Amino acid sequence: MTRFAVCAGYMVLLYGFIFLPVAVLVLFSFQDGRFPIPPFRGFTLRWHAEILADDALVAALFNSLLVAVVSSAMALLLGFLAARAVASGRLPGAPAIRGMLTAPLSVSYLVIGLGLLASFNMAGLGLSLGTVAIGHIVINTPLCFAICLAALGEPQLSAERAARDLGAGEIGVMALVTAPMIMPALVAAFLLSVTFSWDEFIIAFLLSRFDVTLPVEIWSLLRSGLNPKTNAIGSLVFVLSAVAILAVELAVLRRK
Amino acid sequence: MTASIDIRALSRTFHDIKALDRIDLHVEAGEYCVLLGPSGCGKTTLLNIIGGFADPTRGDVRIGGRSMVGVPAAHRPTTTVFQDYALFPHMRLLDNVAFGLRMRKVAKGPREDRARRMLDLVGLPGAEGKSPGELSGGQRQRVALARALAVEPDVLLLDEPLGALDLNLRRSMQEELKAIQRRVGATFVHVTHDQEEAMAIADRIVVMNAGRIEDEGGPERVYRRPRTRFAAAFLGEMNFIDGHMADGRAITALGPLPIGERAASGSAVTVCIRPEQLGPGHAHRVGNATVTETMFQGAHRRARVVPENAKDIELLARLPVGTKASVGDTVPLSVDLDAVTLLDEGAGR
Repeated sequence: MTRFAVCAGYMVLLYGFIFLPVAVLVLFSFQDGRFPIPPFRGFTLRWHAEILADDALVAALFNSLLVAVVSSAMALLLGFLAARAVASGRLPGAPAIRGMLTAPLSVSYLVIGLGLLASFNMAGLGLSLGTVAIGHIVINTPLCFAICLAALGEPQLSAERAARDLGAGEIGVMALVTAPMIMPALVAAFLLSVTFSWDEFIIAFLLSRFDVTLPVEIWSLLRSGLNPKTNAIGSLVFVLSAVAILAVELAVLRRK
Repeated sequence: MTASIDIRALSRTFHDIKALDRIDLHVEAGEYCVLLGPSGCGKTTLLNIIGGFADPTRGDVRIGGRSMVGVPAAHRPTTTVFQDYALFPHMRLLDNVAFGLRMRKVAKGPREDRARRMLDLVGLPGAEGKSPGELSGGQRQRVALARALAVEPDVLLLDEPLGALDLNLRRSMQEELKAIQRRVGATFVHVTHDQEEAMAIADRIVVMNAGRIEDEGGPERVYRRPRTRFAAAFLGEMNFIDGHMADGRAITALGPLPIGERAASGSAVTVCIRPEQLGPGHAHRVGNATVTETMFQGAHRRARVVPENAKDIELLARLPVGTKASVGDTVPLSVDLDAVTLLDEGAGR
């Protein structure tokens, strides 16, 4: 009995530790007052209404969404192609290639961002959402590569061989056999990339100019001081992500 | 619909190891050919080269007279039933079987009709909506066969297709494979290490060892008159007795065996006698023998015997089930000389 109590208490503490910041954030997004700090003065939807009326914020939200989806799709495509080549067993030096492709996972975003900034300057490429997307492709391709590679094995290779034997070309093999066989891994890699891109700040900050993503916009709001509006954005984003993750888990579970 | 296979001076080396060493083989169109040999003998490598999954180091493969060297698997008139079946787990059986037709741009209606007919042919009518995960090993085997046959290949390649099945299922699938081959008429090339399977289904058996063809021909000929010692031993139990020829007789430890002028006088020979040609009741008596071990096998009794006039050799013989023969008993021994094979020095090790 005490054992159960200890375990339950530990669980409550752990969840509290993880979710308390989110709960506080959401609670103070309804703060009836100018500051998102205790004491809680009462309930209002004023801040939520205000962010939806803020064109710059809404634009930033859509920018973020666009960058996240496009960069993740590209990162997934590149990662998948590379993983297939490495997993095929026909590539000389495959272990070295695998090492080179996964090494960037350990490089800090700040370093990658600065490096890209210098490269774009050298190339004479102006900063835009496109450069932010390129930055996110750079950080997410190794991740997608690693996830796809882990999912590819002997069953995929032998099914690919059978498909080729039956007359499929390489694109047909990939689209009709390999990709559907590792679909859960592809979905996971894509969503993880979207998540990373969605709340990535440093690279987005360094590589954007006029059009900015949501984290950059929030950061510029924060510079003018704490405001329940930022809490409202935070809770909105949180609800959106939670709904998305729930939908995906349901979809994956139902498939099984 | 069907095509002959011509293999000429085919070699394949992997890092200095000769997996195939100057293979010459001709398979008639519509023949059921079995490549038989122990693991590592090169039979699967040969199948992979015919199917386009490996390249020969030297030599040529022609299917229907057309050279296949450099032609990718997708463009060959061959399809393969893989050892692990390699079904597409995310597709229904119907889509699995129709896949090759889809790749050949056959419209949905006709290709699904044909896929249904193929599932009927392999004994899985009405299973079109199932997924491969719901099937047993034997059923997967059938789907793999239907999928490979759906595109009407000239040549069907089967890589140990029955290896994963239990014995009874394997025997019944052998009959079915043979029946299906007669119906579709394509040339079948089947790899196995099971000599009973090979003899049961083959029109032509190719016995391979260490990258070379040891013997090749109809199952009866290869079993009854093997050309090399390896082929003789691999196709079933065999007694080998060394001797030499003198005046149409083989002089052996069992005594002189009058087997006719099959080898030159004076040459060293090996007399090969199958256990079923050795025992009581054959035409040529060779004296008595002592039973050292017996095993009841239903239709007959398999026995190890030591001939009285050659105490240093032990032979495998078959005794009728009625004979009273326990260890230590003496039985009369005789040989069916017509069925005896004679190998001279040149015939393999």
